[in-house]
Amino acid sequence: MQLTLQINGKRETVDIEPETPLLWVLRDSIGLTGTKYGCGIARCGVCTVHVDGQPMKACQLPVSAAVGKQITTIEGLSTTSSHPVQQAWVEVGVPQCGYCQSGQIMAAAALLAKRTNPTDAEIEAAMADNLCRCGTYQRIRQAIRRASELLRA
Amino acid sequence: MTKHILSRRSFIRASVAAGGGLMLGFHMPIALAASISPRTQATTTAIGTEINAWIVIDKDGTVTLRISHSEQGQGGITSVAMLIAEELNVDWSKIKTEWADANRHLRNNKEYKVMNTGGSRLVRMQHPHLMGAGASARERLKQAAAEAWDVDRSEVQAKLGVLTAGNRRGTYGEFAEAAAKVTLDKEPDIVTDPAKWWLLGKSKQRVDIPHKVNGSAQYAIDTHVPGMVYAAVKASPVPWGTLKSYNFDAIKSRPGVIAVVPLRAVPKKRGQADIQDAVAVVADTWYRAKTALDLLPVEWEFGDSVNASTASYYAEGHRLVEQPGVVSTKADPKAAEIIAASSKVVTASYERPFETHARMEPINATVHVQPDRVDVWSPNQDQSQAVLLVADQLKVDPKIVFAHTMFLGGSFGGGGAGGTGVTRQAAEISKQIGKPVKVIWSREEDMAQDKQRPLAVAKLTASIGDDGLPTALFTRAAWFIMDGTARVGSAAADTVIYNMPYKFPHRHHERHDVKTHIPSATHRAPGANQMGFMSESFVDEMAIAGGWDPLEWRIKMTEGSPDWQRVLKTLKEKSGFRTDLPKGEGMGVAVVASHGTIAAACATVTVSRRGRLNIEKILVVLDAGRVINPNAATEQCEGSVCWELSHAWTGGLELEGGRFINTNFDTYNLLRIDQNPHVETIFASSGGKRWGGLGEPAGPPAPPAVANAIYYATGKRIRSTPFRSHDLSWVETKA
Repeated sequence: MQLTLQINGKRETVDIEPETPLLWVLRDSIGLTGTKYGCGIARCGVCTVHVDGQPMKACQLPVSAAVGKQITTIEGLSTTSSHPVQQAWVEVGVPQCGYCQSGQIMAAAALLAKRTNPTDAEIEAAMADNLCRCGTYQRIRQAIRRASELLRA
Repeated sequence: MTKHILSRRSFIRASVAAGGGLMLGFHMPIALAASISPRTQATTTAIGTEINAWIVIDKDGTVTLRISHSEQGQGGITSVAMLIAEELNVDWSKIKTEWADANRHLRNNKEYKVMNTGGSRLVRMQHPHLMGAGASARERLKQAAAEAWDVDRSEVQAKLGVLTAGNRRGTYGEFAEAAAKVTLDKEPDIVTDPAKWWLLGKSKQRVDIPHKVNGSAQYAIDTHVPGMVYAAVKASPVPWGTLKSYNFDAIKSRPGVIAVVPLRAVPKKRGQADIQDAVAVVADTWYRAKTALDLLPVEWEFGDSVNASTASYYAEGHRLVEQPGVVSTKADPKAAEIIAASSKVVTASYERPFETHARMEPINATVHVQPDRVDVWSPNQDQSQAVLLVADQLKVDPKIVFAHTMFLGGSFGGGGAGGTGVTRQAAEISKQIGKPVKVIWSREEDMAQDKQRPLAVAKLTASIGDDGLPTALFTRAAWFIMDGTARVGSAAADTVIYNMPYKFPHRHHERHDVKTHIPSATHRAPGANQMGFMSESFVDEMAIAGGWDPLEWRIKMTEGSPDWQRVLKTLKEKSGFRTDLPKGEGMGVAVVASHGTIAAACATVTVSRRGRLNIEKILVVLDAGRVINPNAATEQCEGSVCWELSHAWTGGLELEGGRFINTNFDTYNLLRIDQNPHVETIFASSGGKRWGGLGEPAGPPAPPAVANAIYYATGKRIRSTPFRSHDLSWVETKA
């Protein structure tokens, strides 16, 4: 089935079963591999993207449900790694293996878009779906606070 | 909906303003840091003159360092570059890095010495030849300048890429060609005294980080090869079962499906990276392959292994620790005699279940087999091993196999995902299909079929003397390990137990290596990760039975071992450890050595009356001798603590009917951000001859420190993990 998607501000047309999760369309049909596969059941968050600004787990979202919506992936968050969350992530040195970090960054960016100065509890609630096996959580908390400062400066 | 769009737009505006209008306080601005490409390559591409296998210097002074180890999040690229740059003496900002060529390494008789990256060995074991490569290149540059200027080499200074002697001055770039032709009479010594380092010991931002915030870092799973097809695989759910039949007709009309490829285990080959019986569905996208595989009718024959379960293994382990086993160290028959005659004996048994690596990047590999060349993209802790595996699987000359070094989405032991059968699977399928193939294991397949941390049981017994200190220690451990071999990596079933640093007057240690069909592997801090919980929980049990404060007990029992004393006394000073907190609050300590590093932890916890555990803080104090990059080392300690608490508190891979039953993140629970304690890391470095690892050692003391803290908070002694399976509720008792 021919579907037209708006991804990072560009129109993309794919021919795929409509129930295919958005994740696999992004990765295998369009070649945007910054969004990762981790669990396939929306329990690890490495596939987090924005759909109309909301954080969504792309591994459980049928591509047909994303038609007509603005999809933003890590590649579209900024063109020069200049988003405050990306800047804070570099400054604090968050990533280790880095595999989960696209999802962490997208979840954090969605949180800060809604709450520019989140409380610790709000940070934990917004980020609890995103697993990190390297254990970068401490620096994620720190970097979200730093990104919040950058946003409000 | 409109509201969200508006807020998103205003957010982008705010981002642009923040990015463009502010000076940001980077510790190390990206543009001034050493760099690496986010893309991957199998052969090296640096421009300039090769001084030796690691170092290429271009005329303009650009220095390219070849990274002979994997980047698995531990800062491997940065560590290798820093070790070489320290001796070469070049400006950190002028350094480029690229992956060393694994094929060249093998062609030239292991030219890079070691390409394996594991066991926290990179800095502690590889520093002699990495620093040596830098020192050798520096001296050859100096010699080339000395010859050109007609002075003695000892008169030439080499600093930050510039050579000087008197008023003569030249750059490394100018002398690189001449230096490449110099042969030294004697290779120079390296500087190991941290006080004399100019670069090592100072925090550097890891060079891989910029690529890990924008999606550009390439992992094996991101590989795209023109004409590539995808495979989803399923091995026997009970490991090493036999594939009896499958029905391709049931799925062959599904969209994109190309073939089913049966894979067969090789008789008696059950070691590292060997394959099991499995079926692979090949399709034009992975999702189509995976959904077809889920619908493929498959019959297996499992044999006797179906009777194995976590419960049956625990029962067998508890039975075995009552029986004589293999003596692990020098036998001391007096230990049992003293315990038998003692009026005060402490004894306890502990259990740890299987655990799995669950690297966030699921196990995968891509192989492209062509008549005269084979390319491999495999998340391997040893790229040269990937070459050999594929060459062996295909029976081709390793010289035509090229491994592309990728960023690893975690490794944590077991050789990375490349230590499983996935690389051979991809090679075999590509050969049979005649196309490049990317094999991805679903998360369920990843957890069920990875090589696992062995299940373990131990029983420890000690007699306590009049002074409250132990007079003898007797231990027996049993672990369940593939085919009953004695070791996983460097760890045996009781390594940390027989290595306890305490001065027991008599001690005797035995073990049982019990056969299981479950493939075993190293798992971040192998051995120490399980047994540290057992030995250090038991220390608290001994100390408390003898009326000792557990931290004072450890300090007393390590008298005469200055490095242990320094670590423990630093922990005492920094932690404010105390045993008299109100009920529901507790502190606990533990100390475990692994990978050449002594690591102590103090946990601070609260437990609600209803039993809800909150781990507030873990303080870790470590002696690794020296620390080359404190920033990366601290990250590794934070990560190690999280890693071990994931297993001890929330994890536990459950075996039932011979197979694992909790194989995704809804049932195999890892620590999440709201559970992660604040970790504070302090280095109490002894210097001297100690070169310890830091990728793993901070983890093992964390679980026993927490269990010991839970005891003080609740009065409950936890002797098995995960902690979540215990009722930690408590009632107020009248004072």
